[in-house]
Order: sequence, then structure tokens, then C-alpha cells
Amino acid sequence: MTGKTITEKIIDLHEPTKLSKGGLAVDVDVLLTHDVCGPPTIGYFKQEFGEKAIVFDREGVVIIPDHYIFTKDETAGRNVDVLRQFVKEQELPYFYDKGTKNYKGVCHVALPEEGHVGPGMMIIGTDSHTCTHGAFGSFAMGVGNTTAAYILGSGHIIMNIPESLKFNFDGFLPEYVSGKDVILRVIGDIGTDGADFKSMEFAGDAISALSLEERATICNMAIEAGGNGIIAPDEATRAYVERFGSAWLMKNSDRIEELFSLQSDDDAKYLKVLNYDAEKLEPMVALPHSPGNVKPVRECEGARMDSVYIGSCTGGKSEDFLMAAQILVNGGREVKVPLYIVPATNKVVHYIENKKIGDRTLKEIFENAGANMDSFYQPSCAACLGGPIDTYGRINNQPNHFRASTTNRNFPKRMGSGNIFLVSPMTAAATAMKGTLCDPRVYVR
Amino acid sequence: MAGNIITGIAYVLGDKVDTDQIIPADRLTWDPSKPEERLKLGSYAFDGLPDEYKKVCPFIREDEREAIAQGKSKARYNIIIAGRNFGTGSSREHAANALGAAGIEVIVAKGYARIFFENCVATGEVIPATSMEYLADKFKTGDEVEVYVENGYIFNKTQKIKYEIEPLGYILPMVKAGGLFAFAREENLILPKGEGSNAMTIPGIGGSLFSLD
Repeated sequence: MTGKTITEKIIDLHEPTKLSKGGLAVDVDVLLTHDVCGPPTIGYFKQEFGEKAIVFDREGVVIIPDHYIFTKDETAGRNVDVLRQFVKEQELPYFYDKGTKNYKGVCHVALPEEGHVGPGMMIIGTDSHTCTHGAFGSFAMGVGNTTAAYILGSGHIIMNIPESLKFNFDGFLPEYVSGKDVILRVIGDIGTDGADFKSMEFAGDAISALSLEERATICNMAIEAGGNGIIAPDEATRAYVERFGSAWLMKNSDRIEELFSLQSDDDAKYLKVLNYDAEKLEPMVALPHSPGNVKPVRECEGARMDSVYIGSCTGGKSEDFLMAAQILVNGGREVKVPLYIVPATNKVVHYIENKKIGDRTLKEIFENAGANMDSFYQPSCAACLGGPIDTYGRINNQPNHFRASTTNRNFPKRMGSGNIFLVSPMTAAATAMKGTLCDPRVYVR
Repeated sequence: MAGNIITGIAYVLGDKVDTDQIIPADRLTWDPSKPEERLKLGSYAFDGLPDEYKKVCPFIREDEREAIAQGKSKARYNIIIAGRNFGTGSSREHAANALGAAGIEVIVAKGYARIFFENCVATGEVIPATSMEYLADKFKTGDEVEVYVENGYIFNKTQKIKYEIEPLGYILPMVKAGGLFAFAREENLILPKGEGSNAMTIPGIGGSLFSLD
């Protein structure tokens, strides 16, 4: 008998039941939704299960409005009201409401920060970047509203077990290479459908050496290759979850050791194993208009950029700003083009205000460099996906605008209009100082 | 399932048409669970395509939008022919809803992104069929087409050429049922429509409802 991948083991832990006409029904631990997809999910839930139906598990539903928050758009406002009403009806404990002390920001950064994520879970969300949470050793993926409504009332998902691809990174990453460069390289290699319907397992010394936030960057963009990402839990996962994972720890107190020891078996079956020498990786960029259109930054240096954007679930976490600030400090110059700073969550805001490099906080470093901080206290998805016309950082009707961005997608008109170059926070900071696409290694000491 | 044979006019697209192009983010404030807002989404289907493409070959013209939003008419095309990785990107089910609301009945593409594919099937809005060979460079927008979903072929009436499409395979039962909820009811996984959720039938068990008779 062959061994199993961690993906197969996690599904096994969730009472998979074979259906007569094919597919498996698999229990779900957490259903995550937000202000864009929450209202239709709730609408379908009521239409299908009834006005008085109750959700599968009150503590299993996490609602984090984050997409269209700082906008005057009235329909966007109405959608948050729909969430509020539902939370009240169902008495849901985990709702991070806009305009309150409880507001957090971008759902994929807030979900682990607020304690909902640990290893061994089935986490399903109405957002394609739900795959982020595979970084914590869970099976995590995005679904549409109908599937989410179905889970909300039934507690399970109908799915097939995905085959796994393994990405092994031996050795250690150079200082100027981050998780973002790793995942861009992988997407460039396998293409935007290279992992369609597949589980992408990342392993090796270089991955083990990464922080959980950097691992989250990698798993976040697995969907850009069509898959979900997963990294087996280790000591670093444990340290993170023991510090932040209150809800997970409470729920799994009787099987903590079992879940932290989840690993793929040595003889597990993979569709393909790709090996990388981590030391040879370099800063990468995805050129417009596909995340799979990837090249080393050094081959594209000198391309004019009109603005730089640091934010989103991919590139707006605490360490993303630390990496960017370090490059600004090393470069010691002001930005030549607008540099938009959009923290993902309030915890990230707090970090930027308090974390120091030398005697200056990251906030002071960004301010001194001349970054645009107008939306600093408004953590949200902001312009990553364009959004309503009054969204901060949105590129309105400028088809010839060129932007370097730490976000995850550069589809046509993704940020409103213009041409998006997906880069790491370090490359973003170096580029902002130079005004043209810039390999950050010149600023790494 | 919208009949075994779907006849109509093709709208042809290339590779990697992402869900932002099918329905852009500035339209996502509409809630597709409300019938009138689902129709509004339909009236902006493919509004995110590159401008140069829209100019030459719009899916919906400006002067057609209002009637589609009011449910009085549909787009002139009811069949999409596309290349690889159709529906890549965002999980927004609004994309499948927009296509269904605009009158698209079937897509014949060389491949799909998982979430979009599942959304087409779960909603029952559109049938996502897969062509054996690459058709995006063989078909032209405006071609008259017949799609024989269960028999597994597509006939281009304009060009008088027949191509094979893959069997629907594991999604066939759900497509036949008309979507995820109908399929789950056939499998006795949930109660009849409107009669409550699983947590109500087996208190305390939450999602595990397989003891339901």
C-alpha cells in the first residue's frame, strides 16, 4: 500500500463519504466569507434551506468584510448590512464588522491573525485566495457562492480528492529573494493552469526556514497556477499557532499533537516532483497581463513605472512592509514615483507603527521616503482588485499607466486600468526609489 | 440540463479569459441571489475584456444593455468558444451568473480553471464542455453552431465541420440534476427545499448528516 500526501490525510480526517454518483462529501471546519460574496451566499442559503434555517456550526462561520469598505458606494454599504443582519439572526461569534473596534481588514491576513487557523483543517472560503491558509498545514480552497451556501447549511463539501504536485526547495534563499519570488518562479515554470484541480505541496529546507507570513505568500498565489497550496506544519507553525491560534487551539485541544505531526508519507504518490536549488533563485516579476508571464527582474530593469503599490493578502502583511522598509533604509533615498502603502489589517498597521529599523519606526521610514500614506489607517483589499471607482490607489482610466505591485493578479484592468507588474515587496521598494523596475539586490547588504 | 442539443450563435475568445474580464470588480456590489441584480450582472457580461477587443467585437452593445438588465432580451450569442484556462482567477460566482443571465447556455473551451468550472455546474447557469482539440482559432464569432452535449460533439454549421467534445464525466450527474442543491437532494444529503438545514435535523452534530434517511 502506498503512502498518503498531507492533502489526502487531511481529507481522511473529515469523514469523507462516497456518493453513489461519484464525488465525496467531506466535512468542513471553517467557512470564510466577506462583503462581496457573503450576501449572495446568505441569499442562496435562505432560499434553499429556508428562512429559519440555522448554520452548520456557529463557530465554524467566520465573516470578515474587507473588499469594499472605504467607499461611498451605496450598494457596497447595503451588502455589509446584509452580513450584519445575518450575524444577528444566527448569533455568530466571529464577525469583524466594518466601522467598529472589531474591524480587522483583509480576510486572509486576519483569519490566522485572529486565531482561526491551525493545521489539519478543511477551510473553505468564498474567495479564491482562501488557499493562503494551506501555509498553516490545512487544506484550504476557494469556492463560489452556491457551494458556500451549501456548506453553510450542510456542513460538508462535495469534492474529489486532488492529486498533488510537490515543489522541493533545497538549500536556502538569498537575502534578496522572498516568498513572492519563489511562487512567481513556480507559476512561470508550470503556467497559470499548471496545477489546475491540484494540490501544490511546498517543501524543503528553504521552505522550512521561512516564516509563516512568507509561507502564506507562497500558498496565496497557488491559485494563480490553478491549485491550492499546502505546507506541512513544523515547529514554526506550532510557535505561530500557539501564539495566535486561540480559536483553533480551543477546538482541537484533544488532538493537538496529532495535527501538528501531519506530514506526507515518504512513499506518497505525486503527479510530479519539481526540485529547485533555492540559492540560485532570484527576484522575479510577472509582466502584464498574466501572473504566468514571469521573468527575472534583472532582465526587465529600466522599464518605466508610474506608481508602486504595497498591499493585499499577498504583499500587505507585516513582514512585507519590514522587507520593503529595509530596502528603503539601505537605499537611503526618497521615492521617485508615488508609493502607495496599504496595510492588510489593523495588526499590520500596529506593527508598522511600532516596529523599528535602527531608531526609526517603519511608518517613519515610509513617511521620510515620501510614500503616500493617505489610506494608512484604512486596511482593506483597496485597489488590488480595482473595486468601486472611489477606491484608494485605483488606476482610473489611464490605460498607459505602469505599476509595480505586491498584489497577486495583473489581469487586464485588474486595478482599474493600466499595466500591472507583480513583484516582491523588496523589488517594489527598490523600484519606487528608482522610478523604473529595479532588482533589489543592489540595496541588500 | 438545457436539452441535449444546443443551437445558436458563437462568441469566440482566446486563452486565459479570467473572471475579472467576464465581470469586472466594480460590478460585484450586485447580489446575484436577487433576480433583478443577477440580470444587471448579465447586462455587463464580458465588460472587462480589453478595450481593443470590445471595440471590434462587443459581446453586448451599449444600446442592448438596458433590455438585458430588465430581462426583456438576451445577448445575441448563446454559445462561447474559448481556448485554455477559461475562467481563471477570482472565485466570483457572479461570472457564471452573468453569463447565464446574458443567455449563454454552453461554453466549449479547451480547459477551465477549477472554481469557475465548479460554479457553472453548481449554479446550473451554463454547461462547461471541453473540446478535444483547440477550437478558438478555428471558429469565428457569429458562426452558427450546434452543440451535442451528451453525444459528445460540436457542429459548426457555418463551416460545416464537426469536432469532438469530451464526455462530461464526473460532472454529468450534477449537470443533469440542474445544479449542486438538486444533486444533493437526489443523493439525500440535505432536506427538500426550504425545509431546514442539517444542523436542525440532527441537533449537535452540525454538518455530519449521513444518518439522514
